[in-house]
Amino acid sequence: MRKWWWLCLLVLPWPAQAALNVLACEPEWAALTRELAGDKADVASATSALQDPHRIEARPSLIARARRADLVVCSGAGLEIGWLPVLLRESANPRIQPGQPGHFLAADFVALLDRPQRVSRAEGDVHPEGNPHIQTDPRNIARVAEALARRLAQIDPAHAAYYAARQADFAKRWQAAQLRWAERAARLRGVRVVSQHNGFPYLYQWLGLVEVATLEPKPGLEPSAAHLASVAAALKATPARLIVRAAYQPARPSEWLAERSGLPVAVLPFTVGGSDRATDLFGLFDDTLDRLLAAAP
Amino acid sequence: MFKRTLLACTLLAASQPGFAQDDLAAIRQEIARMKADYETRIAALEAKLKETEDRSVGGAVHTAASHDHDHSRGFNPDVSLILQGRYAQRDDLPERGLTGFLPAGHAHGSERGFSVDHSELVLSADIDPSFRGYANLALIDQSVEVEEAWFQTLGLGGGFSLKGGRFYSGLGYLNERHPHAWDFVDAPLMYQALFGERFAHDGVQLKWLAPTETFLQFGLEAGKGDAYPGANSNTSGIGAFSAFAKLGGDAGPSHSWRAGLAYLSANPKARAAHWADANGDEVSTAFTGDAKAWIADVVWKWAPQGNPKQRNLTLQAEYFQREESGQLACSGAGTLCAADPADQHRSKQSGWYAQGVYQFMPRWRAGLRYERLDSGTLDFGALPLDAPDYRPDKASLMLDWSPSEFSRIRLQFARDRSMQGISENQVTLQYIMSLGAHGAHTF
Repeated sequence: MRKWWWLCLLVLPWPAQAALNVLACEPEWAALTRELAGDKADVASATSALQDPHRIEARPSLIARARRADLVVCSGAGLEIGWLPVLLRESANPRIQPGQPGHFLAADFVALLDRPQRVSRAEGDVHPEGNPHIQTDPRNIARVAEALARRLAQIDPAHAAYYAARQADFAKRWQAAQLRWAERAARLRGVRVVSQHNGFPYLYQWLGLVEVATLEPKPGLEPSAAHLASVAAALKATPARLIVRAAYQPARPSEWLAERSGLPVAVLPFTVGGSDRATDLFGLFDDTLDRLLAAAP
Repeated sequence: MFKRTLLACTLLAASQPGFAQDDLAAIRQEIARMKADYETRIAALEAKLKETEDRSVGGAVHTAASHDHDHSRGFNPDVSLILQGRYAQRDDLPERGLTGFLPAGHAHGSERGFSVDHSELVLSADIDPSFRGYANLALIDQSVEVEEAWFQTLGLGGGFSLKGGRFYSGLGYLNERHPHAWDFVDAPLMYQALFGERFAHDGVQLKWLAPTETFLQFGLEAGKGDAYPGANSNTSGIGAFSAFAKLGGDAGPSHSWRAGLAYLSANPKARAAHWADANGDEVSTAFTGDAKAWIADVVWKWAPQGNPKQRNLTLQAEYFQREESGQLACSGAGTLCAADPADQHRSKQSGWYAQGVYQFMPRWRAGLRYERLDSGTLDFGALPLDAPDYRPDKASLMLDWSPSEFSRIRLQFARDRSMQGISENQVTLQYIMSLGAHGAHTF
């Protein structure tokens, strides 16, 4: 009987042959895929809103998911440079390799901001392609949604009409929501803010907020005491109204500055799952605005 | 323009009395929609304009630079150069080794004082849609060692991937890692005893990843078998063979793990080593026979909510057993082996290490490693050789500081009792700097 030991493998949870298997690198793209693909896709996110998407490891569980994926949906622009290439390689899955229809990078479909003047590591963790945190502007979400719906139809042509219909429905609801948000956020235009990480240029561009300083001395480098002190000093000359930080970032630097300067801190969800109310893309922007408006009355 | 005319017409029409309230609402919505639409387009244009401005400000140099760094689109391979050096405080010992273990003849970084370790030059790229290539060259004074040089398939499908060339074997946890990715200055004693430092095949590797939710991977490797524990494999067949299985997954959002089991078999021919005869005089030995090894490894990682940036903990342990059997010959003028005797040799040895590395705040990590080998049974038959029964052990404590992902400075204290009768306190200050392409965050 001993030679039948391998039958134990059957006890391992084998996947049900169901819908399209999608692995999103970040929760916002998982949420968007769910909006567009409904029950035609089984969607998982490689990271959560409480994880720094730059610093993830290609864990065994992620490799196993990538192995079964028909489509990976990622931000691109170098955000996942440390782990996505390893994940793709280790997955031994030809469908999701770069250049294949199953490899979708959202940054390919929007105009990127903050393209660095100088590409050098001396500038910190810069992304030569531009800032990859594109999900904080709903207009980018709309553009990516269009492209993603087309990609879903390309990979799963049997349900092309279904994806197109869901995209049309999503676009309509998104448009209406954008109007609502634009109206509510009108008074934020011109408000000066300090960010912990340069993670919000798209949000600021959308709402007309003005970033006067960042708490990280260079992108991706931990805020140092000396740099925080210099920011506090600079704020005396060019005052700001609030401090902005993403949910996944440590609280200490922004709280230190808040204590010094008396400025309120807006902890933004940054992505879906980053707060109790950010359960989907609509909730993400509702909550982001609420928090900004509450911090800058 | 057409849309504006349309808008004006609708407004005019809407201002006529008798227009239904519903229609008015619909028109308002339409106007709002169009307004949003225009705003979106203007924003896109603004972004494009800004981008163009940025480009023109940076000038031609900037455009060229960003092109060079465009990892995904450039034809040039990713290049990185790793600089490593150290200051080491060591006792002045004429020869180092592990008491009770036939030496693997590979002594890395045993220099005292200041020294520059080998610098690693790494090149990698997709070759075409089918293959990826990787080369790791170790630059040392007057020589270049090919640490790895292989191609790997990208699109075999079915979870299979094939690697060919010289590659670090997938057995154990640490074997595939280059020195710059180690958590301590040196490889565990276990790896030194088993392979000299690590085991590389000149051959092929076939891996299969099961389509399960739990990570489950199997690998088979076959190679020439020249590297220790193999030697002088002059064969058209397979000189060394290895197989491994790995299982891994997550336990909640904060924990993840991987465990593996591996087997290695090699057929060394006239594998040379230094040993001591029963009088303690140095003799040369040559071993021809079978060498087999089993390795079990387990790694457990913790990070709050799976976000390792602030704090994280890695616990790992590996255990091995090795058996060698075959013909051993010894020689040495003026020693007990002067007549070049030979006899059956058998050994069964084992060892393990366990370590924990804790990042207690950003940039700072502390680690502790304890390791122990067991010389086990050493049967030299009728050969007049010393057969020590000894358990080498070593404890290491390290503290490292990494200002960014690309640089690391490490201080390590170790109490090394790998040689019988010698208890050495080692202090090492090491730097590891990585230039160029972004390193991979492997598990």
